[in-house]
Amino acid sequence: MFLAMLGEAWRAMGANRLRTFLTMLGMVIGVGSVVLMMAIGQGAQESVKASINAMGSNLFIILSGSFTAGGARSGSGNVSSLTVKDADAISELDGVSNVAPVSMGNAQVVFGGNNWSTSIIGTTPSYLDIRVWDLADGYVFSESDMRSATRVALVGSTVVENIFGDVDPIGKTIRIKQNPFVILGVLKSKGQSLDGRDQDDTIIIPLTTAQRKILGNQFAGSVRQIMVQATTPEIMPMVEQNINGLLKQRHNIREGADSDFFVRNLTAVANSAAETTRTMSLLLGAIASVSLLVGGIGIMNIMLVSVTERTREIGIRMAIGARERDILLQFLLEAIVISIIGCLIGLFLGISGAMLVNKLAQTAVVISGNSVMIAFAVAAGVGIFFGYYPARKAARLNPIEALRFQ
Amino acid sequence: MTKNVVQVRDLYKDYQTAAGAIAVLKQVDFSMDTGDFVAIMGPSGSGKSTFMNILGCLDKPTRGEYMLDGHQVSALDGNTLAKIRNQTLGFVFQGFNLLSRVSLLDNVALPLVYSGVSRDERQARAKVLLEKVGLGQYLNSMPNQISGGQQQRVAIARALVNNPRLILADEPTGNLDSKTSEEIMALFMALNADGISIILVTHESDIAAHASRQIRFLDGRIVHDERSSPIVNASETKEIA
Ligand SMILES: Nc1ncnc2c1ncn2[C@@H]1O[C@H](COP(=O)(O)OP(=O)(O)O)[C@@H](O)[C@H]1O
Ligand SMILES: [Mg+2]
Repeated sequence: MFLAMLGEAWRAMGANRLRTFLTMLGMVIGVGSVVLMMAIGQGAQESVKASINAMGSNLFIILSGSFTAGGARSGSGNVSSLTVKDADAISELDGVSNVAPVSMGNAQVVFGGNNWSTSIIGTTPSYLDIRVWDLADGYVFSESDMRSATRVALVGSTVVENIFGDVDPIGKTIRIKQNPFVILGVLKSKGQSLDGRDQDDTIIIPLTTAQRKILGNQFAGSVRQIMVQATTPEIMPMVEQNINGLLKQRHNIREGADSDFFVRNLTAVANSAAETTRTMSLLLGAIASVSLLVGGIGIMNIMLVSVTERTREIGIRMAIGARERDILLQFLLEAIVISIIGCLIGLFLGISGAMLVNKLAQTAVVISGNSVMIAFAVAAGVGIFFGYYPARKAARLNPIEALRFQ
Repeated sequence: MTKNVVQVRDLYKDYQTAAGAIAVLKQVDFSMDTGDFVAIMGPSGSGKSTFMNILGCLDKPTRGEYMLDGHQVSALDGNTLAKIRNQTLGFVFQGFNLLSRVSLLDNVALPLVYSGVSRDERQARAKVLLEKVGLGQYLNSMPNQISGGQQQRVAIARALVNNPRLILADEPTGNLDSKTSEEIMALFMALNADGISIILVTHESDIAAHASRQIRFLDGRIVHDERSSPIVNASETKEIA
């Protein structure tokens, strides 16, 4: 019985192929765009999540310079006001698990005949702990390297690719601004940061070495920034307040005066970035859902026309014994078959589209089984929802009037 | 099994129109023996089709009593009425009313879909009936590929497919030439000889003469009721079957 009805639905669809195709097209576009948009949105969310994890958790970054005052001021980090001593003092605060003073700049590095311009980070070993950054090979420089400002370096994978090629970098000597440095270790690849920089295009050296040999020093012990890790997320507001108080005191800044430093809660920034992508992907999904809705209305429209056109057929069926629910089922099935086939084609096109986007735009896409199942359920739901009204209209026809219909 | 397949008492049918209610059937009393062959005649607009639709459980009377095969029809719900149309009754219409997009075999098998018969059995029974009405070689043709007389045979096969007790035919020969009409009538007579009750509406008295009883409608009332013996002899009946 059910199979016979399915056959009928199939035949009715075949009777007017162009119309069936156009009706399906609404569904195809709707489902296709939902799948594609969800893939892109989820991809964006995943890559933000990955960047956040790569950044490290419960992080503050303290920059020198002022953000609070107007007027012509040089940007943060240009004037160094922070020192290694500030960093030491911060590490004594409650709730602080790790502190890393950082100096950075760009420099030309040379190995053999290759040279490459990259960013140089001068810091302490705890920087790697804060950033949850492991080595792929070799080992990290030590406290004694720090004290004696040894010329040793850890290289990022992009640098390795560009100046070493296939050569094993460990133990090799490169030149940074003419100074020879021995490679102690190779950093694991971290990919892009939240703002799109290649985090692997970098070399990490001891802070003391950087200050004395490479980046120079505005005054003894000055650093560009200090990274601070709190023990738990809950404690972060308290830690931020304490850092502010401590540094104001150390820098002799009066109550109400402009600070010469700025504390940024990186975790909050990251969370808001995550929130933004989440909103964006919801928005994409919502826009795509509208086309699914329009597709559903298209189905309802065509089914209504179809019921009117086939009024006489409905009358004949009733006269030979079709019950109301037989007629209802017949038209409902037709709507559902149209929407499910449309959905399958839409799924196929949406997934192909997502793969194409992934290939062409190098954007991460995620096609989850969830989004496929949701699309499928929604399509079946749309078929039932928008098919029900026309089907019920057909089933409620008066047999005599339906038979008399020309 | 009851003696009367149809029993109608004091039946009225009004139609509501913009000009008010018009009475189309007035105080109709009618009963019919099982196995009888009744011809209904009468001028156009006299209420014949309205009466047939009520007998066929497609329409409800405004007032009055209708017993079909011992059941009080007015007491039945929609699903039961559909079941009666499916299994107790067979309809034959003036305009054939075949489904145009469906093969003859599937047209004949269609009532069986609604009685839940399996596909194989549907096809087998439909095939037997198409052969019985002389269309065994057209099983997979479409309705528009055969003549009107042949289409009416398909419609009769469809009416028979569920072994009905009563066949209701509203001007089944109205669209056919006289030779084809005679062939269709011979088919009805053969069915009646097999014990199926038939009520048939016609304008033509020579068609009505095939029936064993003729009644005449005028202005919504039965004005004439006469019993005669059928004029067609057995040899003519055989020729068709
Ligand atoms: N649905 C309807 N609404 C109003 N009047 C109707 C309707 N159906 C039939 N009639 C009227 O009822 C009368 C009988 O019609 P019908 O039973 O079809 O007559 P017959 O079949 O004898 O020609 C006619 O006058 C017709 O106009
Ligand atoms: Mg009529």
